Amino acid sequence: MTLSKEFVDLAYLVASVLFIYGLKGLSHPRTAVRGNLLGALGMLIAIVVTLFEGDIVDYRTIFIGFVIGGAIGAILAIKIKMTAMPQLVGLYNGFGGGASVLVAGAALLEVLSKAQAGDAASAALLNNPEFTISTAASGIIGAVTFWGSLVAFGKLQGLVTEKPVRYTGEQIVKILILAGALFFAYMIVVRPEITTNYWYMVAIASVLGVLLVVPIGGADMPVVIALLNSYSGLAAAATGFVLMNNVLIIAGSLVGASGVILTNIMCKAMNRSLLNVLFGGFGEVQETEKEGDIYAGKVKATSPEEVAMLLESARRVVIVPGYGMAVAQAQHAVRDLFNLLESKGVTVEFAIHPVAGRMPGHMNVLLAEADIPYDKLKEMDEINPQMEQVDVAIVLGANDVVNPLAKTDPNSPIAGMPIIEVDKAKTVVVIKRSLSPGFAGIPNPLFAMDNTLMLFGDGKQMVQEIINALKEG
Amino acid sequence: MENFMMVLTVFVLAIFVGFEVITKVPPILHTPLMSGSNAISGITIIGAIISAGTKQTEVTMYLGLIAVIFATINVVGGFMVTHRMLEMFKRKD
Repeated sequence: MTLSKEFVDLAYLVASVLFIYGLKGLSHPRTAVRGNLLGALGMLIAIVVTLFEGDIVDYRTIFIGFVIGGAIGAILAIKIKMTAMPQLVGLYNGFGGGASVLVAGAALLEVLSKAQAGDAASAALLNNPEFTISTAASGIIGAVTFWGSLVAFGKLQGLVTEKPVRYTGEQIVKILILAGALFFAYMIVVRPEITTNYWYMVAIASVLGVLLVVPIGGADMPVVIALLNSYSGLAAAATGFVLMNNVLIIAGSLVGASGVILTNIMCKAMNRSLLNVLFGGFGEVQETEKEGDIYAGKVKATSPEEVAMLLESARRVVIVPGYGMAVAQAQHAVRDLFNLLESKGVTVEFAIHPVAGRMPGHMNVLLAEADIPYDKLKEMDEINPQMEQVDVAIVLGANDVVNPLAKTDPNSPIAGMPIIEVDKAKTVVVIKRSLSPGFAGIPNPLFAMDNTLMLFGDGKQMVQEIINALKEG
Repeated sequence: MENFMMVLTVFVLAIFVGFEVITKVPPILHTPLMSGSNAISGITIIGAIISAGTKQTEVTMYLGLIAVIFATINVVGGFMVTHRMLEMFKRKD
């Protein structure tokens, strides 16, 4: 069976519409499951009509690819822990970029081989800069995405140091490498018959991808993952230009736009520009001078029993989770605390900072996994005006996102960053192993405030002990 | 050239559609948005299928095969893990 080109294009259009409907569904948790299924249906339609397009002569290779890729994808999707979601998304970004590199490379080789066999249309295409520039763009963006994502994955998985790796002349090195990749891109345009140039370009862009992400520290990963997400979309769109295929272009630009929006939100939530995140050297070892003065004699340690007593008499409690909650795997203990307090008539809500965790929305997923209803998850802008009516704010594994220095010290590295204003709550309980600084490397005056109590210890264990004390009391 | 202008037009308009649609996604769904949009960017699978299946040369077939594997991981894994996450959000509704 062979489908006509018109039918295939029409099916691609249906797929594109389904992708847009699918993303639209994500505007509310109620419609989101259906939205995702619509997107998957669109993908299925696109794949099936492609299989019955006239040019396919061999199905064996394709199905081997389906089986291997499908098995790996499904196993990863089923086995992955919610705390490891940032790594997984990072990895998927990379595979998308990698596929674009290979498809554009294969397209270049195919067109060359047809042209050498005497096909006039292919010869014309080969000398058309629109085709060769798109191919080069696909190769560069795809390679940067692939290797950048692998480094991001390594950092999140703890295989590569999470600390920013910086060296002198770093920016110049990157610019020279980019220039090298662009040189070979130019060579592809002027001498498209030498296809090795494509692979040289991909190799150099791969080095660039590694060097771009290695210098970026762990807590900036939400920005990097969002940006690579956008690149994977742009790589797909560039491949669409290579193949002159609308569904690739539409799907790719939807994803590209999504990544750009998320990147923007993340940058705003840290009051930093994208350039500063990528090249700024944030999170380097900084002087933590005045730490002694800030904390000396003012920090009050507390016990789980005392916190339990506070919670008993509270009417409204807000919990502020951070990456530390994910590290301690404390989300299920937090859920138990939530249920216990709600059963005692205490109102409990969660205040989520946009950059809490290692990817956009990370905390929401962890809390949803632990069965916290999503209407209890409040955005920063929603909860801040109500903070003064909160009896107890519990900070669990968060640090920089509740640091009042962001508002008071214009010279601080986090100056101007919007924070969750827990300091306005009647009492603040900070659950933390020690007074060590967060990612920004600066002390947090919140820990020394009159209304703050420090509960030193492992997040999960401390929450558990608070629950025990509540049950006994 | 005409063809190129057509696809360029589609590209630019699709970006605007993307901005309109994605801006409405609330922050609590940002992680599923990333994994779900990631699955959609696996649309490169179409190009990969064509490369693997047309067997123009042996090299392009193998490139196509690896590309099919990569893109299938992206598509299958992306939609499945997104579904898994979204079910968790729905549960308490």
